[in-house]
This record gives sequence, C-alpha cells and structure tokens, in this order.
Amino acid sequence: MSITDTNRHMDFLREKALWVRKETLKIHKTAPETRIASSLSSVEIFVVLYYGKILSYNAKNITWEGRDRFIISKGHGAISLYPVLADLGYFKEEELKKVCKEGTFLGGIPDSIIPGFETINGSLGHGLGVACGMALALKRKKQTETVFVLLGDGELYEGSVWEAIMFAGEHKLDNLVLILDNNRICMLDYCKKILDLEPHKEKFTAFKWDVSTVDGHDVTQLYNSLKTLKEERNNRPKVLIANTIKGKGIISLETDPLCHIKSLKPAEIDKILEGFP
Amino acid sequence: MTAEIKTTRDVFIEQIYQRMHEDENIFFLCADFGSPKLDALRENFPNRFINVGIAEQNLINVATGLALEGYTVFAYAIAPFLTMRAYEQIRVNLSLQAQLKEINVNLIGVGAGLSYDVSGPTHHCLEDISIMRTLPNIVVFSPSDWALAQKFVDYSIDVKKPKYLRFDGKPLPQIYENASAIKFENGFSELFHGEKICLITTGYMAHKAINVVKKFADSSVSLGLIDVYLLKPFNENSFYETIKNYTHVITIEEGFINKGGLDGLISTILDSKNSDIHMKRMGFGDAYVFDIGSREYLHKLNNLDEESINTTIKEVMRES
Repeated sequence: MSITDTNRHMDFLREKALWVRKETLKIHKTAPETRIASSLSSVEIFVVLYYGKILSYNAKNITWEGRDRFIISKGHGAISLYPVLADLGYFKEEELKKVCKEGTFLGGIPDSIIPGFETINGSLGHGLGVACGMALALKRKKQTETVFVLLGDGELYEGSVWEAIMFAGEHKLDNLVLILDNNRICMLDYCKKILDLEPHKEKFTAFKWDVSTVDGHDVTQLYNSLKTLKEERNNRPKVLIANTIKGKGIISLETDPLCHIKSLKPAEIDKILEGFP
Repeated sequence: MTAEIKTTRDVFIEQIYQRMHEDENIFFLCADFGSPKLDALRENFPNRFINVGIAEQNLINVATGLALEGYTVFAYAIAPFLTMRAYEQIRVNLSLQAQLKEINVNLIGVGAGLSYDVSGPTHHCLEDISIMRTLPNIVVFSPSDWALAQKFVDYSIDVKKPKYLRFDGKPLPQIYENASAIKFENGFSELFHGEKICLITTGYMAHKAINVVKKFADSSVSLGLIDVYLLKPFNENSFYETIKNYTHVITIEEGFINKGGLDGLISTILDSKNSDIHMKRMGFGDAYVFDIGSREYLHKLNNLDEESINTTIKEVMRES
C-alpha cells in the first residue's frame, strides 16, 4: 500500500470504530444489561481484526476451514462485536434491536449459538486453553490459519490462564496470538489495587512468549502489530498487550473504577450520541 | 474359561494405542498420569500424545480445542481431580458446547470409588457419578470389568459426544466373558435373574455382589443382579421391564448415597413408573473416609463389605 492508501485505510478504520461505538451504545440503550464499559475498550481491536482484514473469515460459511479462529474469552465485552458481525453478514442487522429480548440468540454474553463465535463464553479463564488446543490441532493438520484470542487483563487472575500460558510457550504455538485488552479495571476496582500483576511483559517473556505493546485505541498501531504477529512463525506464541481505556469515549465511564457494572440511561446515551461527530 | 484378571485402564489404553496406528484422528492427552500400557503410546505417537502437566483445567480446555477442530480426544487423569478440579471446564467447554457442536472428548478418570484406598479422601472418588450425571450432553460410563471397557472403544470413537469413563484403579477379574451380553443401548445387563430381590450395582461393587448372589444360590435363594455400566444415556423402559417382577431392589455403589448417584438414577425411574417396588440404598453416607486401610477394610467400616450386603439382604427378605 502507498502512504496515501495506508492513510485512507486508517481513516476508514477510525470511521468504522466511531460507527461501532455508536452502534454499541444504541444496543446498550435497548439492552442495559450489557457490559458497556468493557465492550467499549475492545472496539478498535474488533474493527482492526475484521475491517482491517487481519482475520480471514467467511460470514456465509462460518465453519470454513480456511478461517482464522477468533475466541473471545472476555465474552461480556463483546457486545461491540455484534454490529460488526451483522454488518459483515453473519446475521441480520435487525437482530441488533433484539439483544437480550425474548426469543433472540443475541444475549448479554455471546456464545457459539451466535454465528461468528467459536466457543462458549461468559465464564472467564477458558478461552486461552481452548485456543491452545485449536492452535495445536491446526499445526498437526498442517494448516496455516492463525488462532486469535481476546482476554481482559482482569482475566489473568484465573489460574487456568497461566496453565495455558505455560502450555503455549512449551509447545511453541507460534500460530497463536493473544490480544490482551489491558483496560486495567476489574468489576470492583482498578486491578492495580486488587492484585497488581504488572508488569505483564516480563511474565509472558519468562513463559517463552513474544510480547508487543500498543495503544489499543490506535488503529494504525493495532493494524501494524497484528499484521506482523499473524504472519510471524518463530516457534513462539505472541501476546499483544493493547493498552486500552475501559468505557473509552464516554467520560462518565472512563473516570469510574466501578464502570464495569455501570449502565447508561437512555437519555444519557441520546446526549452522548448527539455529541459524537 | 477362567476369568482373566486385568486392569481396566491398561486394556483400554492398549486398544486406543492400536487404533492410533490406523486412525490419525486420535489424540491422547494426560495430566501427568501414566500406566504401563501408556509407555508405548507415548513413545510411538509423540505428535498425538501430550502430557499437559499437572493441570487438569488446561487438560480439558486443550482437549476441547482439539475436538472443535475435529479430533477424537482421550483425556486421562486421576478421577477425582479430572472431574472435580476441572468440573467447570467440563461444564462450560464440554457439556454446554456439546449442545451446539459435535465434540468427541473422552475423559478417562482412573480411581473410581476407593480404588486408591490408602491415599485418603482426596484420592477417593465418591461424588463423580452424581456430579457427572448432572451435566447435560455427557455420557457416563462406569464399567465393572475390563471386557466392558474393551467393548467401549468403538463407542468412544464413533459416538461424537463428551464422555466420562469411570475406571477402577485395581486389576479385576473379567465378568463379561461373552461380549454379546454387553448392551450399550440399554446401559445395563442382568447378570443373574432372581425371584424377589434384585441387587443393582455399578463398577467395582458388581464383583462383591456376584460373590453374594452365588453364596445365596448355594442355599437355594435366587437373587437377581443387574450391573449398570452406562448411567447416561440409560434405557429406562428396558430397565423397568427387567425389574418389574421383583418386589425389592438394593442399589450398591462405591459412592455417596442420597446424592444422585446410581441410587438416584434407579429411584427416579421407580418414581416415574409409580412402581411399588421397595428400594434400599447401600453406599457411603454423608461423610468422607479418613480411615487408613485396604479397600476391604474401608468397606467393612462403612457397611459395604459382603457380610453387610448379606445382612441387608436378609433384612429385606424378612420384609418381603
């Protein structure tokens, strides 16, 4: 891509991120049970993976062998993926109006009952181990696809995650990319105040992982890193620490350590949407 | 024909090892747990044998990932740790997932009941039948001998569902000398047909019950004996047809009673049929076993030895 093309591409991704943020707020307006703050920290990650075409996918054939596998271990934070998947044709856009309503398949936390989701989500600490099994299977089948998995930093408190971190390094799963949505807040407080796990980098390195760090809201940084990580096969699993802000874009959420459990009132959402460009 | 004594897991692993030669779709995982028969498998299939370490949670999760990619997976560990340390992994990634997708993960838990007698209550496994039976979409297999396990190999590969295989840890004599007597579509076999009283067992306790039934036969009392080896799925109608002419049944299990184990399975069937068959439950009460000693000794302390079974039968005979 020429510099102009690249700039245009990044502008396109930024526009998409803004659009996804708005759509996510609209979903939250009709489904206040959804975890809005957690879903807003991962918006750019989803946008770059799908609209940036980091992922190979086929919305019309969701079990296509050539797809990259994407496991969303922090399932509660994936409401912002709903508009993306609908836009790409995984399911009809009108479904977005039914989130959490009777009879829909779009719940507050997505499962593999929704086209586009690979696994059962909602209970934390499972996704990375399952991703390890998939990455191992792809290697044994001599397939070249990549397994991406999204975790929240609070999820690192789960012991099962470290069992999987050990496993991936030892088994040289270089087709595995863990994206850490490092929004630094759990349900009740800043992670730093609960159990300070920082720095993450040294811990992953010690377990034989490659570690990169980006601003998780900067689409250019995300795009460049994910593209490189996807292509690299060097016998080491990769973690991309995406430094994010929980509730990104909404000041009342960004500044509240209890934002995880906060719902925005419909009037508040209307006002926020008016203020968006 | 003499009843050959073999360890269930060795027979099963030997068979899986043979299958792995022809079926490249099989993975065998373990959580740092061996068997003499596992050595050849480990050596010859380094690409499809993986020791995940002492990490039962990851054992289940890695097995799930492999199975989602189409592999047939065997995951091998000590029964209480496999089922209870990793229970939520089993619930989320196997039980829940299996309702939406086809996944073939066979959990081989070794150490049913008091197989690990002297290792104490952490190694005893008295809860697994009831907790695994609670989970939807999972097959629960509790064989009383190695011949059953041998016959289960085809089922484990062909039926694309998560399964829990509850294996005894000790070498045991063969019960099923005729493989055609094994009926996985029913889940049980009537080993002895009796008149009024029928013993119903699962796993190891079938051996004890056989001895008891034979002794009663010597004094011209004809007891029935049903060995339940597939607790889920279970053919309730066929089972009821088999027991409906008995007046009394006694369930005998090396597990807690009144908590949804074998006794729970049977009493629910009797209830649903509005049956007036009387039922008595033998097994462990609501307490762990800290006593140290042989399995036989621990059975004696907990009224589960042959003599206690005799006594219970005689009490029931007086009632009937």
